[in-house]
Amino acid sequence: MAALPPYASTGQKVWHYTYLVICAAIFFFLIAPILIIIPLSFNAENFFTFTPEMLALDPEGYSTKHYRDFFTNPDWQVPLWNSLKIAPVATFLSVALGTLAAIGLSQPHVPFRRAIMAILISPMIVPLIISAAGMYFFYSRIGLQGTYWGVVLAHAALGIPFVIITVTATLVGFDRSLTRAAANLGAGPVRTFFKVQMPLILPGVVSGGLFAFITSFDEVVVVLFVGSAGQKTLPWQMFTGLREQISPTILAAATVLISISVVLLVTLEVLRRRSERLRGMSPG
Amino acid sequence: MTDSATTPPRQPMAALPGGEVTEGGPMLAADGRPLKHSLNRALRREKLRAFLLVSPLLIFILVAFVAPIADMLFRSVENQIVSETLPRTVLALREDENLPEAAPGEPVYEALYTDLFIAAEYKTHTRLGSRLNYESTGLSSLFRGTGRDVGRFDTDIYTDQFIEAEPALEDPVAWSNWMADDDIRAALPQTADVWDAWVKLTVEANEDDPLEEDVEDFVYAALYRDLASGAAPAGFPDVDVSGFETVSIKALFEESDEDWVDPEVWQVIETYSPAYTDGYFLNSVDMMNGPDGGAEWRPEDEQIYLKLFWRTMWMSLAITVSCIVLGYPIAYLLSTLPLRSANVLMILVLLPFWTSLLVRTSAWKVLLQQQGVINDTLVWIGLVSDTNRLTLINNATGTMIAMTHILLPFMILPLYSVMKTIPPSYMRAAKSMGANDWTAFWRVFFPLSIPGIGAGSILAFILSIGYYITPEIVGGTSGVFISNRIAYHISSSLNWGLAAALGSILLALVLTLYWLYDRIVGIDNVKLGG
Repeated sequence: MAALPPYASTGQKVWHYTYLVICAAIFFFLIAPILIIIPLSFNAENFFTFTPEMLALDPEGYSTKHYRDFFTNPDWQVPLWNSLKIAPVATFLSVALGTLAAIGLSQPHVPFRRAIMAILISPMIVPLIISAAGMYFFYSRIGLQGTYWGVVLAHAALGIPFVIITVTATLVGFDRSLTRAAANLGAGPVRTFFKVQMPLILPGVVSGGLFAFITSFDEVVVVLFVGSAGQKTLPWQMFTGLREQISPTILAAATVLISISVVLLVTLEVLRRRSERLRGMSPG
Repeated sequence: MTDSATTPPRQPMAALPGGEVTEGGPMLAADGRPLKHSLNRALRREKLRAFLLVSPLLIFILVAFVAPIADMLFRSVENQIVSETLPRTVLALREDENLPEAAPGEPVYEALYTDLFIAAEYKTHTRLGSRLNYESTGLSSLFRGTGRDVGRFDTDIYTDQFIEAEPALEDPVAWSNWMADDDIRAALPQTADVWDAWVKLTVEANEDDPLEEDVEDFVYAALYRDLASGAAPAGFPDVDVSGFETVSIKALFEESDEDWVDPEVWQVIETYSPAYTDGYFLNSVDMMNGPDGGAEWRPEDEQIYLKLFWRTMWMSLAITVSCIVLGYPIAYLLSTLPLRSANVLMILVLLPFWTSLLVRTSAWKVLLQQQGVINDTLVWIGLVSDTNRLTLINNATGTMIAMTHILLPFMILPLYSVMKTIPPSYMRAAKSMGANDWTAFWRVFFPLSIPGIGAGSILAFILSIGYYITPEIVGGTSGVFISNRIAYHISSSLNWGLAAALGSILLALVLTLYWLYDRIVGIDNVKLGG
């Protein structure tokens, strides 16, 4: 399907181009809703659609007032800071515990490996509303509901599966004779870990960390239940905004978040290539 | 190895480095231990080390995630509230023989009087009322109303008559001395029980010193019952109660609200008095515990959950199918393009995957509105008249469109990773043997890509049936899922037991699918970002 052979019949040609058009339409469906947010966020009016001035590309129709609102209004700034206070700590917890466990799980003899793996991956599979309900009930029992640490703990638990999956994937290609060689040359287990193993699995750790970060940074269901007004995060503010009084500032917030996603996506792609190069695989 | 029986046992020719061979004995390691033991020990150590590395996380997940889930499962059957709030009533009901035909006898009302008085002081009677209201409407106001009245019941006639007969009975200090005497307590069981409850109540709820407070009427009422049944403990004032004026507590309750003599009300209380109940689960499937103790359907107009489960299932299925329909061509295109161009196009799949869920949902909310970009465009093209704009949001259509968009990358990525492994030479071989394009695709490529469809579908379906945010924002009332109902019961109606039961059913559903996914794909093979 990649390229049409020169001997293709008319029917084949027609089908080939129809197929390409269909694919283009699906790609459009995937990407357009996200891209359309960006010009709309520069709307000078408080509308959610293109004004005639905008369609005429009149500079009058565009303004950055929604961005000004986003960056000055405490309704948005406080949640943004809350998100930035919660996500890194949750990410650190996920990465530290998850990397350790992934290394443990990659050893050749682990008792109950399948069962442990299933438990560790489960936060990703269990519907968020169920996790949120359970955490709400249980954390209120032990006094963590409505506290900063409650939210951090919950988000760390949700980020763990991503760290486990990415780090385990890098460890699959890990040559164990390297650690043996290090031990043979006199390095202790800790030194071996930091000097030999860590640099090699670092891309996996970092991409797992990015996944954990975005999980926490994007998460709204659990924080709605486990958090209280003091832990209101950016997605929470967007959610209330969408449900109650929808203000165009949401589009500015969304654009900011899209830029963050693009940065993360590029970082991950770079890391993936580096990891494959380090492990001696051909760059994909 | 079956040849060990026919060939003579081989002499170990070379031992491991450092090991030595002993004639006839077991092979020894460098430290002189048998090699087998050394190896076993090394293996044990390795296992322990691996386990130690995993254990911090395992403990963390067990506390932060598994325990909450277990707590939810427990709450879906837990029902201590009735027996905790009305302990004496529950016991008395067990003895009562009037139910279910008629209202229970006087002893049950006497117990209820004590229980409700105490509950009203602790203000737990309203909670019990709301709990029982889930089972039978009207009980909430019944408990609330009588909870207000119960402190003013005319039971003070016992108090007055006792104090008139024996003034010492007014003194709380004397009471506390009597109640410290085990013989008196044994002879006046009801009084002792109620006294303890009153002391606890005074200290805990009112933060008073019981030795300085007036003893409450219900203690005298209990004392009357004990003495009237013939108790005459030594050391307690000898009061002849045979001539006392009495009052029927049942009548007092009836006066407060005549629902109290309705056998159906008592039936509900009795049905929900055990510490564990299947009531929440029955409610989750539109059933209830009937008067005869068996499960029966709820009235037609109260049946909502089966419909909601059904809708969640079929909408998730429809979303999964649209993801297959839209995802398959894309994955096929990506897998047949040269790697470099495929990677570029992959960005178009990964960017939505990485973009915040809230961003994508807000995008759809903005686009699908009646005054939104899609309707504007359709009107501008002339497909739709301005007065007749499409309703694309706050209904099932909105949920379907937005969720298909959100879950599409989850379908494309597994499909792509399976299709990439199908060698293109298979298709060429089919064509060289005379198959046309369609036959080659349908008979060769498609069957090989089915594992990808399976993996992607289960993933999309699992994610879809548990979705909350998107249906909440774009689904209106006809496009919401069971998750939205769970959230409603947790935060608005506060019927946590029902929320937990609905959650448990959903969880069981998801775990079954998860198990299937594990069998078909393997959880170890979950790939992120292609």
